[in-house]
Amino acid sequence: MRSRFRLFKKVKLIKLAALVIVTGAVALVASIVSANQAHADDEESDLYWEYSGSASLDLRIFPDSALHSGQRDQHLNPSIVLEPEFLVEWNDGDDRIDFKPFLRLDAQDNERRHGDIRELKYLHIDDGWDLKVGADKVFWGVTESRHLVDIINQTDGVEDTDGEDKLGQPMINLGIQNEIGDFNFFAMPYFRERTFPGRKGRLRSSLTVDTDKAEYESDLEEFHPDFALRYATVLGDWDLGLAHFYGTSREPRLLVKSDSNGAPVLVPHYDIINQSSADVQATFDEWLWKWEGIYRRGQGDDFVAFSGGLEYTFFGLIGDAGDLGVLAEYHYDGRDEDEAPGTIFDDDIFVGARVTLNDVEDTDFLAGMIIDRKTHARSFTIEADRRLSDRWTVEGELRLSDGISSSEPLYDTRRDDHVQVRFNYFF
Amino acid sequence: MSKKLLTTVFSLSLGVLASGVAFTSSVALSSAALADEAADIAKGTAVAEEWDRRDWGFGDTESVMQMQLENRHGDQSIRQMRQKTLEVPGHDDGDKSLTIFDKPRDVKGTAFLSFAKIFDPDDQWMYLPAVKRVKRISSKNKSGPFLGSEFAYEDLSAQELKKYTYKWLRDEPCGELQCSVVEQTPTYENSGYTKMVTWYDLAEYRQQKIDYYDRKNKLLKTLVSTNFKQHLGKYWRPYDMYMENHQTGKKTRLIFDKIEFQTGLKESELTKNSLKRVK
Repeated sequence: MRSRFRLFKKVKLIKLAALVIVTGAVALVASIVSANQAHADDEESDLYWEYSGSASLDLRIFPDSALHSGQRDQHLNPSIVLEPEFLVEWNDGDDRIDFKPFLRLDAQDNERRHGDIRELKYLHIDDGWDLKVGADKVFWGVTESRHLVDIINQTDGVEDTDGEDKLGQPMINLGIQNEIGDFNFFAMPYFRERTFPGRKGRLRSSLTVDTDKAEYESDLEEFHPDFALRYATVLGDWDLGLAHFYGTSREPRLLVKSDSNGAPVLVPHYDIINQSSADVQATFDEWLWKWEGIYRRGQGDDFVAFSGGLEYTFFGLIGDAGDLGVLAEYHYDGRDEDEAPGTIFDDDIFVGARVTLNDVEDTDFLAGMIIDRKTHARSFTIEADRRLSDRWTVEGELRLSDGISSSEPLYDTRRDDHVQVRFNYFF
Repeated sequence: MSKKLLTTVFSLSLGVLASGVAFTSSVALSSAALADEAADIAKGTAVAEEWDRRDWGFGDTESVMQMQLENRHGDQSIRQMRQKTLEVPGHDDGDKSLTIFDKPRDVKGTAFLSFAKIFDPDDQWMYLPAVKRVKRISSKNKSGPFLGSEFAYEDLSAQELKKYTYKWLRDEPCGELQCSVVEQTPTYENSGYTKMVTWYDLAEYRQQKIDYYDRKNKLLKTLVSTNFKQHLGKYWRPYDMYMENHQTGKKTRLIFDKIEFQTGLKESELTKNSLKRVK
């Protein structure tokens, strides 16, 4: 049985490798073609290349013992992250290839020990349009505590609990810019499955997620072509975005099934969805007003969800130069409890404060609390970072939860309050 | 021509002063002082107008620069960045600029886009490469420090004629040159300064030195610009700007490695969308 799983993984790896080769080949052909053109009509086709990146040392400290069977009961979880970046440019930067692999080595969790191609893309910039082929990350949205409309990339769930780490998404992206605004068309030929902590890892559900058994609504599985369209514009103090996505839901439903030994496991099920979204930010002096909302079809009853709020900054309040920002956001999500993926943001309030010292070390802090209006479950986060030298920075993160009842999605991680310290070295 | 104008204004103000002395009534004195003040304002404004006029039509610039930050103890840290600036013709809109950070390495690729306005707050966006996110930000923090340096955002944003009112104080030698010393008061909101005192050399109308006065009207900083180079036979730019904070003892030197004029920068390279693909 184990060997079958291995085989499964190998097949996946081969698929991923094939994907990398295909995108690489496309990029190469595209680059050779346009390089030849460039040589023909432009003498400024100097090749420029650059190598940079970062290496990080992470240490997570869990004061409480692990709760679930199979979890490694260490209070310290060290890991190492490597994220180099290669860049080649020509045509004065109008053509470029970016390659950003990612690797994490985790002492305890096999699933968190993983690699990814965050970016491997060829980009061509022209007058009024641009074209991108390959894997990349795309961010949509305006709010701080939930990224509701951000849908292009899959969440790299083993990285952190905030959902801000993303897997590289293979795509062909055509951008058109004119007086009306910016239009972006995305065709995504391959779907990336969400990552979940393994049996030995912390911050997981009591049942582990067996990603090898992932199910799809589409027979094409991860090769179902996904499409998206986004329009964005700026009207004075207003920044607007409208988008539509059709394809494989980045959020899976987690179904309880039995593994080969008859023990229960969670199996991710990916539905085909249609999601329309809008995001707006109004910037009036010290006030930032933010709102984003979605309308989704394909997971039980159609539903809407929105996040809205504000950020107000007191400039120069702290020691002449430091700024204090206060944030408040409200999240509503009307999704089906049984036929849609679970969310913690069904009816929640976020309040937070951001301190930016504006000092030489770029010190800043962000503290926030999310409260469920019905159950009063609370989770707290404090993040801080500071530059130590030209090449080193340090980050700290504290994540706590309180008053989580057994009906909440966070119930299984109630003993996983932790502090994380991260040292980053840049090269 | 402008010098001629200046001498006229100067003799006019002297005449007003002389007539003011002749009268004894306080009413006459104050009206004379008013006239005196009006003349100084006219003269100061003329100096600034000449400074502004000499920079018309620069089109666009692309610069490579370095900031050397030094604290009280002499510890140094370095910032490297590139800036693209597009001139927006006319007096009612400010210029557009895009700044891309190269060092320190942890902020590499971070970019800052600003559409300067004369009286309204500027439009500003920030691009954060780690999360690939473009954020519209508040531009109310004009007096805030730029990258932890002694330069405030307002010191580095486009210097537009109408952002200040001007008053001539005196003429005096400045190094080998002769300078007009002009008091400038910001007309825009949220400035960190009650006034600035600027030394314009009368040879080429370059800002040689600026004293900044804080909100309590105490001397805060001094900027000394040196190593001026002329571009396209017309436009002068300092390649060395040295800002010293008298209240904290901190210093920042801004050195330009390269300034290129009229590179053919397009407006489409200075848009919110272009932030995501800065090179």
